[in-house]
Amino acid sequence: MSLLRIENLSASYGVSQALFGADLEIAQGEVTALMGRNGMGKTTTVKAICRMIRSDGTLTLDGQDLHALPSHKVARKGVGLVPEGRRCFADLTVRENLIAAARPGDWTLRGVTELFPRLGERQGQRAVSLSGGEQQMLAIGRALMTNPRLLILDEATEGLAPIVRQEIWAALHRLRQETNVAILLIDKSLKELAAVSDKAVILERGRTVWTGAITDLTPEISEKYVGV
Amino acid sequence: MRLNEKYLNAAMILGLLVLPLWAVVADQPFTITLVTRAVILALAAVGLNIILGIGGMVSFGHAVFFGIGGYAMGILAYHAQTYTALDLGLFTTDGTKAMPVIWLVAMILSGMVAFFIGLLSLRTSGVYFIMITLAFGQMFFYFAISWAQYGGEDGLSIYVRNDFPGLNTLAPIQFYGICFTLLCVVLFLFARLQGSPFGLALNAARQTPTRVETVGLNPMRLKLLAFVLSGAITGLAGALFADLNRFVSPTMFSWQLSGELIVLIIIGGVGRLMGPVIGACVFVALEHFLGELTDFWHVYLGVVLLCIVLFGRGGLIGLLTGKEGAHV
Repeated sequence: MSLLRIENLSASYGVSQALFGADLEIAQGEVTALMGRNGMGKTTTVKAICRMIRSDGTLTLDGQDLHALPSHKVARKGVGLVPEGRRCFADLTVRENLIAAARPGDWTLRGVTELFPRLGERQGQRAVSLSGGEQQMLAIGRALMTNPRLLILDEATEGLAPIVRQEIWAALHRLRQETNVAILLIDKSLKELAAVSDKAVILERGRTVWTGAITDLTPEISEKYVGV
Repeated sequence: MRLNEKYLNAAMILGLLVLPLWAVVADQPFTITLVTRAVILALAAVGLNIILGIGGMVSFGHAVFFGIGGYAMGILAYHAQTYTALDLGLFTTDGTKAMPVIWLVAMILSGMVAFFIGLLSLRTSGVYFIMITLAFGQMFFYFAISWAQYGGEDGLSIYVRNDFPGLNTLAPIQFYGICFTLLCVVLFLFARLQGSPFGLALNAARQTPTRVETVGLNPMRLKLLAFVLSGAITGLAGALFADLNRFVSPTMFSWQLSGELIVLIIIGGVGRLMGPVIGACVFVALEHFLGELTDFWHVYLGVVLLCIVLFGRGGLIGLLTGKEGAHV
């Protein structure tokens, strides 16, 4: 049974419709890449899953309709979000950012600082004083502290130095190998996505146009829908 | 020279301990009363600092809770001293002169009112939140003015200070000891709360409410809980303030008092543990010493406030320690 199930999902920003019938299924422990060119509805899909915007269609987590829940209850059901643009709690220290989000489960402060040793070194430092890469690690760590069943990363490596990107991809590989958390990834790096993902879903103009194993994603399809 | 905030806090507590003792030795009971007034205002402001300093909510109606605490004391003591029954509908009581009971009633009533005000006002933010809390303050103020049974505009006098087991509360130093102990307890709670997951989540909710929701926290619930806690502490301060003066009046509900509580937090340092304490001491000192020189002492308070807002955004503590507040 799917952990997350989306069928014919539509969503709008006021009068401007962004999703016209997106379909997506993620099983527990599966890593799914959500792909598509800019403005095709990837972030809108994430916002709809997290109930940050209103949407219609089927949207269930473990069979439970998420439409009936407010955003914070969706998170409590096990959806952890690493939002686009990091958005840590700037005035809190690294440690405080992690503690503020903590929920009971396997992921603890120690686990997160083992995954990202840099965070361990900067525990007492305010989030606002961290580098972009460290803030991104903190955003991922904060999402993990909620002990999610589904972790969503929206452009987690965007604008980061190559060495920091490597660290984040390495952490995602570890998550895939060592945990049973399902991951929904949005990223522009096709090569890295292919290395870590089991499956790809491509959105085009707010609709799902291709779903399959990441290994079945041919250069022609990616050229046609993703532009690389 | 930059001071360590921990040492500064310890020095403040030590000062509040030593000054009244010196006043006893020097036979200056009025000094004890002044420091008691500062301590009680500080207690009220620590309550406000929970929502203002940690939660970023600018309540311009916090005098509501101060007034409720004051009237809870006034009404209970009035019925006890006049041997008249207080009819509460479901039951009647003869009132009480016992401080712990009065404090409990003051905190419960203030907390309950804070819950209902919070339910309505916390749906808004920014200037609308300020206006709604101000409106509630004015509602209570005018209600108290028209409440003829308890003195209306003239207020209500309590002839003898209420009792605390084992202490002579009419002795200024003993009453001060009670207020100082309560302030220390509330400061300890504030410090614990600020570093607790709840305090951190409240702080995070102030910064980015939507992001807080994505980590499974309900910002409305966090703010409401903080508002209730803040109201209850301010209510306790109101009960002590009424006991200090042995008098309650509608001015305890006034918007000016709400403004003064905000001002003394800003003077000391918003969100700082001892910010309200330093602010209250400075406020009472200016009120007393400048008040003796001129009726327009508020002008000088305004200048102090202006300088702090312009040049020391972490308040006096920020200026002395060289660190701005956690959030300015």
